[in-house]
Amino acid sequence: MSVEPSNPDLTDAAEPGPAGTAASSSGTGEGRGPWSLALRRLSRNWSALFALAVFLFIVIACLAAPLWANQVAETGPNETHPLEKLHVDGEVREVVEPSGAPIGPQWLEAGGKFFLGADGHLGRDEMVRLLYGGRASLFIGVTAALITTILAVVLGLLAGYFGGKTDALISRVMDVIWAFPVVLLGISLGVVLAVGGLKIGPIHISGSSLWIPTIIIGVVYTPYMARPLRGEILALREKEFVEASVAQGAGPLRIMFSELLPNLLSTIIVFFTLNIANNMLLEATLSFLGAGVQPPNSSWGTMISEGFDSLYSHPILTIIPGTMILLTVLSVNIFGDGLRDALDPKSKVRFEARSGTVEPEGTAV
Amino acid sequence: MSNGGQKLLSVTDLRVGFTTEDGRVQAVDGVSFDLAPGEVLAIVGESGSGKSVTAQTLIGLTRSPNTTIEGSVRLDGEELTELSEPELQRIRGSEIAMIFQDPMTSLNPVYTVGKQIVEAIRAHERSVGKAEGRAKAVELLDSVGIPDAERRVDDYPHEFSGGMRQRAMIAMGLTLEPTILIADEPTTALDVTIQAQILKLIQDLNRSRGLATILITHDLGVVAEVADRVLVMYAGRVVEEGTLEEIFYDPQHPYTWGLLGSLTRLDQPRPERLPQISGSPPSLLHLPKGCPFRPRCPHEFSKCSEYPGLEARLSDSPSHRDRCWLEPEAKRAKRQVEGRIGLEAPAS
Amino acid sequence: MLRFILRRLVGMVFVLFAISVLVFLIFNVVPATNPAQRIAGKNATPQLVKSVEEDLGFDKSLPEQYLTQMKLIFTGELESYTTAHENVDERILEGIPATFSLCIGAAIIWLSFGILFGYLSAIRAGKLTDRALTVLSLVGISMPVFWLASIFLYYLTFKVELFPASGYVKLTEDPMEWANHLILPWVTLAVLFIGFYSRVLRSSMLDVMNEDYVRTAKAKGLNNRRVMTRHVLRNSLIPIITLFGLDFGAVLGGGAIVTESIFNIEGVGLYAAEAIAKQDFPPIMAITIFGAFFIVLFNAIVDIAYAYLDPRIRLGTSAA
Repeated sequence: MSVEPSNPDLTDAAEPGPAGTAASSSGTGEGRGPWSLALRRLSRNWSALFALAVFLFIVIACLAAPLWANQVAETGPNETHPLEKLHVDGEVREVVEPSGAPIGPQWLEAGGKFFLGADGHLGRDEMVRLLYGGRASLFIGVTAALITTILAVVLGLLAGYFGGKTDALISRVMDVIWAFPVVLLGISLGVVLAVGGLKIGPIHISGSSLWIPTIIIGVVYTPYMARPLRGEILALREKEFVEASVAQGAGPLRIMFSELLPNLLSTIIVFFTLNIANNMLLEATLSFLGAGVQPPNSSWGTMISEGFDSLYSHPILTIIPGTMILLTVLSVNIFGDGLRDALDPKSKVRFEARSGTVEPEGTAV
Repeated sequence: MSNGGQKLLSVTDLRVGFTTEDGRVQAVDGVSFDLAPGEVLAIVGESGSGKSVTAQTLIGLTRSPNTTIEGSVRLDGEELTELSEPELQRIRGSEIAMIFQDPMTSLNPVYTVGKQIVEAIRAHERSVGKAEGRAKAVELLDSVGIPDAERRVDDYPHEFSGGMRQRAMIAMGLTLEPTILIADEPTTALDVTIQAQILKLIQDLNRSRGLATILITHDLGVVAEVADRVLVMYAGRVVEEGTLEEIFYDPQHPYTWGLLGSLTRLDQPRPERLPQISGSPPSLLHLPKGCPFRPRCPHEFSKCSEYPGLEARLSDSPSHRDRCWLEPEAKRAKRQVEGRIGLEAPAS
Repeated sequence: MLRFILRRLVGMVFVLFAISVLVFLIFNVVPATNPAQRIAGKNATPQLVKSVEEDLGFDKSLPEQYLTQMKLIFTGELESYTTAHENVDERILEGIPATFSLCIGAAIIWLSFGILFGYLSAIRAGKLTDRALTVLSLVGISMPVFWLASIFLYYLTFKVELFPASGYVKLTEDPMEWANHLILPWVTLAVLFIGFYSRVLRSSMLDVMNEDYVRTAKAKGLNNRRVMTRHVLRNSLIPIITLFGLDFGAVLGGGAIVTESIFNIEGVGLYAAEAIAKQDFPPIMAITIFGAFFIVLFNAIVDIAYAYLDPRIRLGTSAA
């Protein structure tokens, strides 16, 4: 498994967003703001909307995990039922057979208990674990994307705005991290931190905390977002409206946050979305190898890792959490794609390129 | 010079429409003209007037599922708009050559100039070998005035200066001795001194080879140097056409006055401020009713809500046609601004 | 050109140094526990901890620790303490043929199919072929590797015994079996990249199609296929080459861990996976450093190849 270090999806998105183009050209949609224009484009992209719906459904289902656990399955994600028996239509079924084989999916036959069967000789409810595992996977995916975004924006702004030595220093450090294979960096950090936890000043995070993989993934992907943002800021820095703001005596913070940031917003949104997808894949890889989510927590990655041991007897234990990852990541990727097409002014050029049209009159005069 | 009956290329009521995200755009709306052998025809207009689209449509470069092309383009009696793509490929380069505005980007950076010329030859004459092709390329580069062509033929485009690249583009266009050269803003991206050289080259080729030329430009100054006949386009239509003399000395359309007025002329005292046509060209998505130049025209009157046809309005010169409702006498009076031809600033 | 290569190599040395420092920091300074204890393992005797401390220089200053550890890694004397003083570098060397077999084969597959699909997608842009390929490539990049590998293992080696389940046969022993054992791993590793490359190539080609020189090529009367291959594809391949260098380096340098461990291919990745499972730190550290070195090396190679592909860079720098 390799989580590509050179993520083209991310670098590709590094084009000035609609806010940026709004300043430079009046555009074709007169009287409409760039954002509402983007929204209109997005609303016409039914596959992106469908993907968003799928993703939201998964998120809501995972958030509702306690509801399913308490009301339907009547068990927790870590509760074991090695000796329990189910009574279905007068028939008695053992959750774990004496041979150690877990029960298969019961769907709704047992009133929702063991909907997807049990997870092994411990007899834990697979469905409940899946929902709780999804919470962990989604938490890491989204929170790590937030961390990446905050770090990347701050570093990008500092490097791009101040330039000179600040820029050189930040860029060199980014280069070094960039040269690192993402998986290896994640593994190294994951392995060392899982043992002793992380100490940042007075804060001590235990090795089994979900925050460890979250922070690692958030940090590891930072250069992939900070680099293109820096490039965009360098270009924006030269624009008249920034110079005008400087001339009016605005301070660096003011310029960074009220002039530069709004123009980066669409890039940031696209990056953030695609980041969630990549984060979830990296989390799964790290957890699969034992360098991610640590017991007693579980995520889809750790579930696959556990299920993999009984792949040939109970393939479903590997395939179900894997399919959940695939579905979630795919829906985020499709939605992110649609988002980029909607926000990226170049998508119009692409639209024309798609049909081979030459732009009506070049850039003459 | 223009000689009556003989036609090499004949364009009749050409209409080109694009379907865009925001609606249908009629980029070219009923353009007709003829090109005689050896003639230099200039098509003049601002960006967005449809002049480049017209030129590119002639050799089918605007074809796409989103484009609607209507009307007729006849080359020696052959209808080009109905040709299949492979048949058009045979015409391109061998019958009609085209060169473009920006020589910096119009040559592929990863191949040598020589290779790109040889490629043009071999696209039409498979039998030409590499060595033969190269020799031909050297000869062509030499003929367009590239010094030391034998050596420069193996240079990459970025090693050429802008003017040399445009010469190389022209050389590439000439490889198969076409009868028509379409030059789309050939000098716009070049320095003024280089512009003159390239225009001279085009003129020389026109004279020595009898190469009929369609020159697309926004710059009437360029036109004055080389053109025999001029078409002035605005918002997808021809608003005035005539010989060079007619257009320069007796322009009938206010838009032409504006273009002429914004020229720096050496034969007249330089005005204090170079007048520009106020406002900007209309969006093709929202054309004003009637004459599309109306919103920018200081001489607009009630009749302008109707779009005038392209007609000869002067009894003594039937080839000089325009689309303006003003009486010829009124035009002659109104176009005088500060002792020269021009378009007055709007009253406001 | 020579100056360009030299400058690139100097840059490479700098990055390598920075990476080794970073790895050193990650393994020795970042964690909140005693490094010697950690390296010696959970059940280590006090003597073992003491000898780790001496071997790796934990009783000295940080720069000295760094030098001691780097010297061990690069002279091939680094040992794993949890597995009876096994030599780390030897184990890594042993794994290289298998890892190379896996990565080179997968790279050939992903490069050919990535370019093929991207090209088809771009020339049929907006049509059914393009849509189908776009969906497929999105699925490809959204697929966890171990999920695909599990499906392959379960259905193709277990349910239908099309391929041998796992293991690695040396090329020198039996070339047919070597290939037979590697087909599933190759495909598994390649799928993600096929998806990426076809997307990148498609978008790059659509951009290039709008270039003026493509219009020139059409105006010259070249047929569509020649315009697409000689002009559009040729110029769109540059970003693909860059990506390829980075990704190939990354896969060689540790990106194939999951594939190797699932298919039980005795390469460097499997060694790394085992070390992770045992929390045996010296091998992880050494593999991380060597892995990063591969990436940096391939980055440099790519830059140089890039200069060959794009004459503007090649000649521009030699003149400067």
